[in-house]
Amino acid sequence: MEDKNQRAPVSQKAHKVTIPDHPEHIGGSVTIEINEKRITVPMGTTILEACREAGIHIPTLCHHDDLCVAGVCRICVVEVEGMRTLQAACAFPITAPIKVKTSSQTVRKARRHILDLMLSEHYGECYSCVRNKNCELQNLAQEYGVDGFTFGHVTKSKYPVDESSFSVHRDNDKCILCKRCVRTCIDLQEVGVLESIGRGDNTHISTFMDKDLADVICINCGQCINRCPTGALYTNDPSDEIWAAIEDPDKHVVIQTAPSPRAAIGEEFGLEAGHSMTGELNTALRRIGFNKVFDTNFSADLTIIEEGTELILRLYQALVEKKEVALPQFTSCSPGWVKYLEHFYPEYISNLSSAKSPQQMFGALIKTHYAEKAGIDPKDIVSVAVMPCSAKKFECNRPEMVDSGYKDVDYGLTTRELAKMIREAGIHLPEMPKSHFDNPFGDASGAGLIFGATGGVMEAAIRTVVEFVTGNKTEDIFENANVLPVRGFEGIKYVEFPIGDKVGPVPELIKHLVPDWNWLKGATLKVAVAHGTANAKKIMEDIKAGGKFSECHFIEFMACPGGCLGGGGQPIPTNEEIRMKRAQAIYAEDESLEIRKSHDNPYIIKLYNEFLTDGPCSHLSHKLLHTHYTKRGKYIA
Amino acid sequence: MLLVEKNAMTEEIEALVEQFGKQRSSLLKILHEIQKKHRHIPDFAQQEIARLLDIHPVEVYSVISFYAFLNTEPKGRNIVRVCQSITCDLQGKQAVCNAIEREIGCKFGETSKDKKFHLEFANCLGLCDISPAMAVNEKVYTNLTPEKAVQILNQVK
Amino acid sequence: MENKKSERSGKVLFTKYTRGESINKAVSMKRDDILLEIKESKLRGRGGAGFPTSTKWMLTAAARSEDKYVVCNADEGEPGTFKDRVLLLEYPELVFDGMVIAGYVIGAKEGIVYLRGEYEYMLFPLLDYIQGMRDDNLLGKNICGKEGFDFEISIRLGNGAYVCGEETALIESLEGHRGEARNRPPFPVTTGFMGKPTVVNNVETLACVAKIVEKGGEWFKQHGTDKSTGSKLFSISGDCKKPGVYELPWGTTINELLKIVEAENTKAVQVGGASGVCLNKTQFDRQLAYEDAATGGSIIIFNENRNMLHVLKNFMEFFVEESCGQCTPCRIGNTKLLEGVRMIESGNFTFAYINQLKELGKTMQVASKCGLGQSSPNPFISILDNFKDEILNKGNGGTNGR
Repeated sequence: MEDKNQRAPVSQKAHKVTIPDHPEHIGGSVTIEINEKRITVPMGTTILEACREAGIHIPTLCHHDDLCVAGVCRICVVEVEGMRTLQAACAFPITAPIKVKTSSQTVRKARRHILDLMLSEHYGECYSCVRNKNCELQNLAQEYGVDGFTFGHVTKSKYPVDESSFSVHRDNDKCILCKRCVRTCIDLQEVGVLESIGRGDNTHISTFMDKDLADVICINCGQCINRCPTGALYTNDPSDEIWAAIEDPDKHVVIQTAPSPRAAIGEEFGLEAGHSMTGELNTALRRIGFNKVFDTNFSADLTIIEEGTELILRLYQALVEKKEVALPQFTSCSPGWVKYLEHFYPEYISNLSSAKSPQQMFGALIKTHYAEKAGIDPKDIVSVAVMPCSAKKFECNRPEMVDSGYKDVDYGLTTRELAKMIREAGIHLPEMPKSHFDNPFGDASGAGLIFGATGGVMEAAIRTVVEFVTGNKTEDIFENANVLPVRGFEGIKYVEFPIGDKVGPVPELIKHLVPDWNWLKGATLKVAVAHGTANAKKIMEDIKAGGKFSECHFIEFMACPGGCLGGGGQPIPTNEEIRMKRAQAIYAEDESLEIRKSHDNPYIIKLYNEFLTDGPCSHLSHKLLHTHYTKRGKYIA
Repeated sequence: MLLVEKNAMTEEIEALVEQFGKQRSSLLKILHEIQKKHRHIPDFAQQEIARLLDIHPVEVYSVISFYAFLNTEPKGRNIVRVCQSITCDLQGKQAVCNAIEREIGCKFGETSKDKKFHLEFANCLGLCDISPAMAVNEKVYTNLTPEKAVQILNQVK
Repeated sequence: MENKKSERSGKVLFTKYTRGESINKAVSMKRDDILLEIKESKLRGRGGAGFPTSTKWMLTAAARSEDKYVVCNADEGEPGTFKDRVLLLEYPELVFDGMVIAGYVIGAKEGIVYLRGEYEYMLFPLLDYIQGMRDDNLLGKNICGKEGFDFEISIRLGNGAYVCGEETALIESLEGHRGEARNRPPFPVTTGFMGKPTVVNNVETLACVAKIVEKGGEWFKQHGTDKSTGSKLFSISGDCKKPGVYELPWGTTINELLKIVEAENTKAVQVGGASGVCLNKTQFDRQLAYEDAATGGSIIIFNENRNMLHVLKNFMEFFVEESCGQCTPCRIGNTKLLEGVRMIESGNFTFAYINQLKELGKTMQVASKCGLGQSSPNPFISILDNFKDEILNKGNGGTNGR
């Protein structure tokens, strides 16, 4: 997210005045007056930023910290002395010692009018809206004391609701045309599904040729949902079906929880971002009526073993057997990223790890291994996955995801939807006592946990690969086993790990696959990490051009900015600060755990001893834990 | 669209991209040419343009939907635009329109059954001093009377 | 369209002029001297907003950049305006010479004419004309023998969007986007077409420049009023015997103008096109000038038989269709104003609500993102104010409405 204005769509182009590198130098900053309060800011600061600095509240709607400036909703207008018209605070860069009034009568009247206009076209009732009590328009209506519809209120729906997608639903009747979704889809994610269509009073947000979302190249990342100020975009909510399954005495309902929802769900209950609620959530889920609560981190550990083995095999085939193998290997945990690749770079699907995502691995295990152990007919199991992600809903509905003989995962549930279920059950999550996950999968390692943050899969993989190959402890190389080079919110990270001349013995688990590590002596492992598909695109273009990323061995891609913790199913609002806090919560929890490497997880070892007895990447593991992909292409029929 | 037609369209767009350049600022020039030749910009063409200019198809569609002279669905072979702005309105636009509708056999906003004409309104053609006015494709006609308008349309092929 | 050039008369633009005259003079002058001359003339933009041309040019000339652009705004879409049509068809020498001078002064190598799509029939004649200039070394390399002064002009066609007459929307359109106005600042003078310093001038403004360079700022200033110097081309249409384009000095009153075009029984005059204001008889002594009744040149005359509510409805329908739709006040505001007009039409309205709508109009004037939304409430407010009896009271003393 270095340059928020790159390839911005029309009118959203900020054309910002660049803020000087040294605002402290003469001419680098300017003193302005806001409501008679003097404040000095660097040249080019917007009025909105200056007001925030000065602690003055300015209402906003089209503005979003993650996105480039739009200046279209006009709710943030302020008076600038000497100017005939009001100015949008979000879009006005300060370059002169101006005097600003933020709540004069003209300003207040204008804001109220703008609000009244929006409300006049905003169809639907707040109490039947998914965003009730978390809606920016509703908040403003309250803030400005709206007590009636000055300019009327639509009584008839103008647009049909688009429920075609497994993941993202659209209700244009609630859209206020702030274009945050457009800027998210085009600039932030570079997917390019949504744009303004038509003009004048016909303007609306839509897809190519107004097709259904399911028929265009939407990757289901749901980032648009996270940034929508109203209820115009929301996820496909399966909670009614899940309630029904819970009520059904013949159904055995199990739930797996991913790390990111646990790090964020507290926000839905009024807590500050950055509180992990793993133990509390386990209790709450049992009280709701789930029969078993499993930890997705377990299958994340499994992913590391399977995906890591796959990588080792690819490298072995390429370096020793001199075979044509697709390298670098791409991670496949993020279903948004997978669909992005299928659409935009279908020629590279052989680079995708064939290992399923943790959600789908777990799904296949639950309806086979677990069913057998627990003596339950898999047809009676309803498998739910709590994910930070809207694309997981699409993933579990992929036709190939039935390797257990049944639909491996029945429902993908987002953090927001789960929070709603918990509230519905009358539970206040922060007050829950803590409890552990259920056996036979038990608790998982910290490596599985950090999958939630960008760089996490890579870090988890490195913790295991380093020990597998060198025989050393990860702690010997990285203090406290924290692989800091792959952490952080930088859009693209590139790291080289020299393996050195000392290699260890091949661990028992994969001994049948590679005889020794001598072929890796002196080699350098090159890896990269990208989050947000716009960054993924940069890497893919580099690979296509034969740049440095084409020489990587392993690349972690996450569709969402920040990784899973910034997923499209996470609590709203989102911004970099919130995502940072969620990451801190995840890393803190990892450090608090005893077992922090996937291969040290005793339950993983047990699984390979009892069930997947032929080891990783064996026939059975390929049947249950690996998958294939579809070349979708960009063409929209 | 048949494969042959698709290939022809791709070639045509490639030639236009070659002529105007691969940058975004060529978009409207390319759209203008396609529109002129085919009287509409089919969705396949939009996607080819998007591919060659390295933008998203929805951006092309968004631009087309913004401009009154660009459209994605085929209209008639000849587009008749009668100015509906105030001066033409005052000088007898309605009578002219009624005569045209009777003659062509379809309403404004519609395409005639034989696909020969598409009738629509235009916002100010800039001919207010010699109004009422209309444009048939690129050509403009002024000081219209109902009889004159019908006569003009009868001469259009 | 017949060429009426021989019949036209005026003091500034509609005068004798030979192609290239002022370019030849300009290249022998220092750039700063030309700027001073334009400053001296007090020339202001002829598109309607009236920004001082010299200031615009100075800012662009001062901006540091390899590439700069001169854009001629020929997207004349304001209902009731057609002066640029006449200038481009009959006086292209003034317009294009003005562009070349602009290029010389600001240091641009490229000029672009944004010609509205409705004027496509002019495209080939204009291209021929430009080729003629090239043949005479008025375009191309080392123009008029001035070493290092290269300038080219190209023509881009619009595609039917009124809002593209707004300069930043025009630039967006040139760049291949929807014609949605940009946030300002930064202004085109520093960040315009392709992010480069760009001068966007109305056709008529550029024509004026050619004459100023030819005859001097002092001469130009002799015409018009103190604050509105020079003359103005008025596009006159509606209920009069002699509609057409007239060159008159700034400061001409509406009464004088009505006499010239032989209008009778005039009830109302719309000054400035659809987005202008509508005046009634009591205001016909007002002067057409930036300091009084400002206008881009459109004058629409309505006689006693016209229904002003019908006129207003036509204008508001226009804006609802032509708003670009990006900002809230303009997109929904215009719809609400049109709804208000329809309410009055049906008799189903309250005075209180109509007053609310007028207040909304005032908000639109200050809170809209660009000039379209800022001026579209003008006809609504002025027609309802100036023709209150006719429209709201239907001439019966106020028993209509609830």
